[in-house]
Amino acid sequence: MSWRRFFRRARWDEERQAELRAHLDFEIDEGLARGLSMDEARTAAYRKLGNPTLIREEIYGMNTLGWLETWWQDVRYGARVLRRSPTFTIVAILSLALGVGANTAIFELISAVRLRTLPVPEPGRLVELRIDAHGKGRTGEFNGHWPRMTHPLFVTMREADTGLDHLFAWSSATFDLADGGESRPVNGLWVSGDFFSGIGVRPAAGRLLGPDDDRRGCGAPAVVVSYAFWQRQFGGDPAVAGRVLNVSGTPFTVAGVSEQTFFGLDVGRSFDVAIPICAEPLLRGDANRLERRDAWWLSVMTRLAPGQTIDTVNPKLAAISTAVMQTTLPPNYLQRERENYLQFTLKVNEAGAGVSDLRSTYAQPLWVLLVIAGAVLLIACGNLANLLLARATARAREMAVRLAIGASRRRLIRQMLVESLLLASAGAILGTAIASVLSRALVAFFDRPGEAVFVDLRLDWRVLAFTAALALLTCVICGLAPALRSTGTNPAVVMRASGRGLTDAATRFSLRRLLVVGQLALSLVLVTGALLFAATLKNVVDVDPGFRPSGILEADLDFRRADVPRDQQARFNQAFLERVQGLPGVGVAATASHVMLSGSGWNETLVVEGKEQRPFPNLSRVSRDFFRVMQMPLVAGRAFDARDTMAAPAVAVVTEAFAQAYFHEPAPLGRQFAFARPAGDYNPTVTIVGVVKDVKYFDVRDPFGPVAFFPDTQDPRPDVYMTILMRPNGDVPGAITRAAKDVHPRILVSFTKLDDQIRASMIRERLMATLSGFFALLAGGLAAIGLYGVMSYLVARRRIEIGIRMALGAERGRIIWMFLRESAWLVLAGLAIGATLAVFAARSSATLFFGLSPGQPWPFVAAATLLAIVALAAAFLPARRASRLAPTEALRGE
Amino acid sequence: MPKRGTTPIQEEMLQGTLDVLILKTLVGGPAHGHTIALVIERQSDDMLQVQHGSLYPALHRLEDRGWIASSWGTSANNRRARFYRLTTAGRRQLTAQTSRWDELVRAVNRILKPAGALRRRGTPRQA
Repeated sequence: MSWRRFFRRARWDEERQAELRAHLDFEIDEGLARGLSMDEARTAAYRKLGNPTLIREEIYGMNTLGWLETWWQDVRYGARVLRRSPTFTIVAILSLALGVGANTAIFELISAVRLRTLPVPEPGRLVELRIDAHGKGRTGEFNGHWPRMTHPLFVTMREADTGLDHLFAWSSATFDLADGGESRPVNGLWVSGDFFSGIGVRPAAGRLLGPDDDRRGCGAPAVVVSYAFWQRQFGGDPAVAGRVLNVSGTPFTVAGVSEQTFFGLDVGRSFDVAIPICAEPLLRGDANRLERRDAWWLSVMTRLAPGQTIDTVNPKLAAISTAVMQTTLPPNYLQRERENYLQFTLKVNEAGAGVSDLRSTYAQPLWVLLVIAGAVLLIACGNLANLLLARATARAREMAVRLAIGASRRRLIRQMLVESLLLASAGAILGTAIASVLSRALVAFFDRPGEAVFVDLRLDWRVLAFTAALALLTCVICGLAPALRSTGTNPAVVMRASGRGLTDAATRFSLRRLLVVGQLALSLVLVTGALLFAATLKNVVDVDPGFRPSGILEADLDFRRADVPRDQQARFNQAFLERVQGLPGVGVAATASHVMLSGSGWNETLVVEGKEQRPFPNLSRVSRDFFRVMQMPLVAGRAFDARDTMAAPAVAVVTEAFAQAYFHEPAPLGRQFAFARPAGDYNPTVTIVGVVKDVKYFDVRDPFGPVAFFPDTQDPRPDVYMTILMRPNGDVPGAITRAAKDVHPRILVSFTKLDDQIRASMIRERLMATLSGFFALLAGGLAAIGLYGVMSYLVARRRIEIGIRMALGAERGRIIWMFLRESAWLVLAGLAIGATLAVFAARSSATLFFGLSPGQPWPFVAAATLLAIVALAAAFLPARRASRLAPTEALRGE
Repeated sequence: MPKRGTTPIQEEMLQGTLDVLILKTLVGGPAHGHTIALVIERQSDDMLQVQHGSLYPALHRLEDRGWIASSWGTSANNRRARFYRLTTAGRRQLTAQTSRWDELVRAVNRILKPAGALRRRGTPRQA
């Protein structure tokens, strides 16, 4: 038999049919010739030939591959069976699609954030060069999303003989396309000359940067834009090379566009514009970090040469580490910092998957969510299995007949599995479509104000394999048990039992009970989890940060290009603040160098009476009305006022925790401290003049730590950036932007609500609470439906029994009680198993909870009570229906 | 599908008897299915009643093996019919099958009609 034949078997069959017809015609002709009537001749002809269809089938069978043909038959038969009961099919497919969709969406995200390597050639050879600080911690200034190295370290390592060629460095940054007024931030990258060639990115237009673009003192070099930015900003202009892009008012020439799939090395962010590192002084002026040995802002990477491995490179790096550290030792380090720094060693790590802070923050929550979604899918499968079992019972006779006339059990099981495979596949396909929407919604969940998260969501082989595996699994879980059950019966028994399976009812029923118990157990785990996550979110939201963030507007001003002389900066800032305070709707306004819970921070080693203190206090320099705007109550002493001038002694207002930590008294007014700073640095002796209530500094989840505030009027180096806080009403941002423009057209302004920023720091809790709550609702509902189904089925099967009982005088209450007791056992069993599982589950995701004492039983009790009520309500409906059965009606059926 | 190649002579021959007869019939020239059936019946003096039902699967099998070829044509009484003719391979096969058949017949005959026929021994009846 040839494949050609196989594919032409339908045509072949037609030919045979024609041939057989011809044969019959000959035979009839002959019969007629012998004097038979038409009818007689035809009958004789057919009798002689036999059944033409059978003959055709025999020939057809020769032309085909047996297994393929029967599979195809099964598929068509299954489709027909499913089409015949559309409600069942739609419900089944939809519930599977939702389950598969949720799982796939979460997995897509995990795959993108956690599993997938960068879309560059040979990602496995990419390594990141980093400092092993041996737990000591680096000190200095940290910037960007992935601050691993300083520029002097990078330059030294590039020149060093390490066997690592073509080291390249990069740093994420925010560039501003506006030259004044409201700022237009874009995601930027600082890149060294070898960045693009080192990663292996190709240009989509123009050329990418080379070593010649990144030479010290390069002025305004050529820049590269991303594919998305090229489309957005330049409309995909093929002649984009040579066009000018203004970044912070400086014109740069676009060299080219990076290829479409390349989004940078930071998973979770995409870049818009890449500028050579040599241009940093152009944009940051004196604040540039090219020579700063204590400014950590770069990530350094390279490709291993053929034959090199991480294990062969690392010993070499360790050998040269001391020398490298000595050449790059920051001169302003204190003695201890110096000792630590010299002990640092260099090493390389795999970097084929890029770097990501999204990964460390969300990897565990995503896995937990995947497990939760998987449990929901299991519960949905349980319902489906129950439905299929019910159908199997209804089809018991069909199966019995087919078994009796010689179908093999294997063939019947296969055919039923094909049916559930059809359901599962349809569910999976629909689920994939749902997943693409869901995963985008999930990503949007991670967005912070002004910082959209970019995750490259693609249906890669991993996601597709996952979905296919899921479909197969659901098929087996849903379909196998019903298939085994319905074909494992003795045909004779089924046929004799006149449709009322008497002998096999008990066993079949216990399987369905088992399913319900399992569903309830899983639901309890999910509901408990949801309660824990909801409580976590509530605890985080309810944390009192020590100030009232709601209603506070933060205006960030960038005076860098306002051409203010250095010695005029303090006066300029003060005048600007007063001008803002004068605007209608602003009310009281204050400045702060570092705003609490905004992500930025400043801390130093405190010295009290000559002794260095631990821990570090967190610090901020604020203007006079800061405590009023933040609504931080003063506990003792005074706030800053007109007395605190540059000429006056340096003063500070500290928090209660500060007072306790370093002075062990509630109000250490008049006590003094200083900082551990290199000799020659500005380091006045500071006197405490006031104490305020505690505030959270970096994170609401942290305990209250020591915080100190200094007056802006005693700032030795007034900043070119200014942050103004206020509780406005009316269109204040517009007014401030106009005012800034009046002062100088090149002042940049941007606004944030403190509330939004704090909310953004709770994304993880909100994500977990929302999704786990949603899934728990789904799970509880599904389990209730499952119980309802089983109880309804039970009632239907025991109609006669109920009828007899009622005819004999049983009261309605007794009937209801009979069924409720039945379901109460199921519920109890489910909840008992579920509670055990829930305890383990809660323990394993303890790091995701906040403000919950581990042994607290209330979430478990609450979840169990909730589920028990829902479950018994679901069981009550069929029980009541049973009690309303008219005995005559029930018995008439017999 | 039966395997090609050498299978034990008896089985192959008995099962393939119809095949040989068809091949033999087609030596006389191309014919369609009905004619083949008639010819086999007539030439065997109606001793071999061909099961018309098994004729067509047999034809299909032979064609599949390349021993006969077929094409549509018009019969003597102006009906469209599928005509089969013997291929070279079929002719060879016929020769081979015929000699095998002869062997089989000889073998069977040796058993059924041995030179000195053995009498069947009966069991003495008890009085």
